[in-house]
Amino acid sequence: MALSTLRERPTLELRAAAKSFGPVRALRGTDFSIVAGDVVGLVGHNGAGKSTLMNIIAGVVGRDAGDFLIGGTAIGADYSPAKALRHGVRCVFQELSLCRNLDLAENTRMLHASLRGFGWRGRAGRLIHGMLEDIFPEHGIPLRAKVEDLSLAERQMVEIARAYTDTDLPARFVILDEPTSSLGHEATAQLLRFIRRAADRGVASILISHRLDEILEVCDRVVVMVDGEVVGRREAAGLRRRDLVGMMGHIETPLAEEATRRSLGIKRIATPGTPGQELPIEASAGEVVGFAGLDGHGQRERLRMLFFAAGGEGEAAYVAGDRGAEGVFPLWSICENMTIRSIAALRDGLLISRVRERVMARDWVDRMKVKTDGIDRLLTTLSGGNQQKVLFARALATDAPIIFLDDPMRGVDVGTKQEVYRMIREEAAAGRCFVWFASEIEEMANCDTVYIFHQQRATTRLQGTEVTSARIVQASFGEDALV
Amino acid sequence: MSEVVRPPPSVGIGKKRQPARRAGHRMNPDHLQLALPFIALVVMLVVIFAIRPAAFSYFGFGLLFNLAVPLILASMAQMLVICLGDIDLSVGNFVGFVTCVVAVFLRDKPFIAMLLLAAGIVAYAAVGVLIQLRSLPSIIVTLGMSFVWLGLALLILPSPGGTAPDWLTATMALQTPWIPLPLVIAVALAAAGHWLLKRSAYGVVLLGAGANPRAAARAGWSLLQARIMMYGTAGGLAVLSGLALSGLTTSGDPNIAPTYTLLGVGAVILGGGSFTGGLVSPVGTVVGAMTLSLAGSLLSFLNVPPVWQVGAQGVILFLVLAGRVFIGRSGR
Repeated sequence: MALSTLRERPTLELRAAAKSFGPVRALRGTDFSIVAGDVVGLVGHNGAGKSTLMNIIAGVVGRDAGDFLIGGTAIGADYSPAKALRHGVRCVFQELSLCRNLDLAENTRMLHASLRGFGWRGRAGRLIHGMLEDIFPEHGIPLRAKVEDLSLAERQMVEIARAYTDTDLPARFVILDEPTSSLGHEATAQLLRFIRRAADRGVASILISHRLDEILEVCDRVVVMVDGEVVGRREAAGLRRRDLVGMMGHIETPLAEEATRRSLGIKRIATPGTPGQELPIEASAGEVVGFAGLDGHGQRERLRMLFFAAGGEGEAAYVAGDRGAEGVFPLWSICENMTIRSIAALRDGLLISRVRERVMARDWVDRMKVKTDGIDRLLTTLSGGNQQKVLFARALATDAPIIFLDDPMRGVDVGTKQEVYRMIREEAAAGRCFVWFASEIEEMANCDTVYIFHQQRATTRLQGTEVTSARIVQASFGEDALV
Repeated sequence: MSEVVRPPPSVGIGKKRQPARRAGHRMNPDHLQLALPFIALVVMLVVIFAIRPAAFSYFGFGLLFNLAVPLILASMAQMLVICLGDIDLSVGNFVGFVTCVVAVFLRDKPFIAMLLLAAGIVAYAAVGVLIQLRSLPSIIVTLGMSFVWLGLALLILPSPGGTAPDWLTATMALQTPWIPLPLVIAVALAAAGHWLLKRSAYGVVLLGAGANPRAAARAGWSLLQARIMMYGTAGGLAVLSGLALSGLTTSGDPNIAPTYTLLGVGAVILGGGSFTGGLVSPVGTVVGAMTLSLAGSLLSFLNVPPVWQVGAQGVILFLVLAGRVFIGRSGR
């Protein structure tokens, strides 16, 4: 691109931005810039400062220091979400920011102050419907539905489409925080194609994602953050997944390393199955059993059924993937959140032994490498990945022989994943049994046995070296069933 | 050796549309919930007219629903506060305070009366500001305010008495053509509330702010402004409730309306509202308030002794709310 045209295009630029939350320095003098029509990928493990950077750009949190320019205009300390919108900054937050009680048109109106007066509802409706058609053709979302009646993926689509709608305030810089984490394969591909089309129209997108292949597929440039600092800025062309992981400071474990473990023989779970329809599901001590398949084919429901069937006191522990709804006690400290499942073991007469409780929490904070400055802090002060580590610790700290994992890696960064994978392998080697539902196939590489579900039934079993992405995908679509 | 095509490993594997819950093939439980207070209201009216057919007339309807008017207004005030996920425990005593101001000042010193009532509305808005800025629980702040209003009312009028201005009494006794005044007011309030809160562009923002304040703030809306609007309007409606009540009773009484607080909550919930914020129905609230005020009359017609009426009214409220919960559960 010629330098002269580059200069004409509006630029969003942060220089030496710094932000601290108490003792935690989330951003340590970070530079970030994006030009209209650019697509920039932002990667880094949880707690690297990506969300803070995004929240500063969106006006949700103020910066402690640093210059901020949008289109050459200096942004003062009175920056707010309303001002961000006026500058064309839009945000798709990871935890969705739609109002459940409103329909699509009404949620669109929330974002646009100018959608008012006579006929606003019709205009808002046409705006969001047009954009949904544009990004996700054949999305099948009922246009008059309230958000609470939509599935998670549909809500995500609506939120994305809403961010790209133009009124008198056009979208110029759109930040997408893990936009694909709940989207299916097809919708993800549609979104990535749309991001490129939007870029051609001059709309810049900032894509934050742990799915590095998506970043490499769609972005012009990639910015890598570690511990509140930018450690790398690269052109995406020619960049490989391994390069990014390397820059983030993690070494990707080759998938084929496993398959050397063997079960210790004690059956922990055994369902009878139905001949010709469903395989018997078995899980033994020392085994990691995976449940895979297309979204909504019953694997999660089966996992929960097995958990509740096994769920007698001390028999089974559960790691929730939907942290907000099923995992976190938001008003409790890290220590309390971690030990809640072990209260019976921590009892001292009628009371809970504070001493042993704290010893347990400290021990697991160290073992899981939870990034915090104290176990008495609220769990919600931790980044998402670290909260998930605490939920893992909650289950692992028990003496339950079976641990159920309900898609626990949703929105968790590569580094945390690797640490948790290692932990699971260690615990399995020590005789624990894991039953693991995951929506991402690559996690299944950590399993000894994988059951693939098709139409609410376990139809395929893969073991050891058979566990490959290709076989799982094949089986997910109902081919080579009942093996 | 066969070639294996490896899909991009980090992409979720395909998407299958889950059959989501949709309205249409079965009656939407939301609609059924909204219909419930209507059904309760009609059932009560049928019973009353069966016992006393003479009540089925212009004057009968007027008498039956006269005292519903102030309760409807107080319930609408409560609805706005509940819409933000808060609760107002002071509205009953505030209505009592308003009746005292009206009975003591409005006839002879209308300027002072106006000033006091305006100050009351400002105080309501200020409570909203306090709750928003200090992140205080509304239940605590409004509980405190309820004693403030009672105290002020007792200062103005230590014992029931005073006189409401004639124009106010005459207004409440106005004979509108064809349809009695209380029903006209009820329909007008329901329509205006529905239009302003459910259909207008800013009403939608207020509903959204009640359900998901963070989303509203991130979309650039001021939650402070939302609370000022809602609490201020609630204060205004409570003033109207007090005016209506003193117009009907022709006097003032500090202790006339403490039951409005919780009856108002009952009307909002009965009308399909919920404490989670953003889920309220102006039409449902109006019908709910009419149902609750009719429950008292129904019991008189059924010859239930006065000492049993309060308890029996509670039982009716309980039954209707239980029906609502039942419908909600079976529908979902």
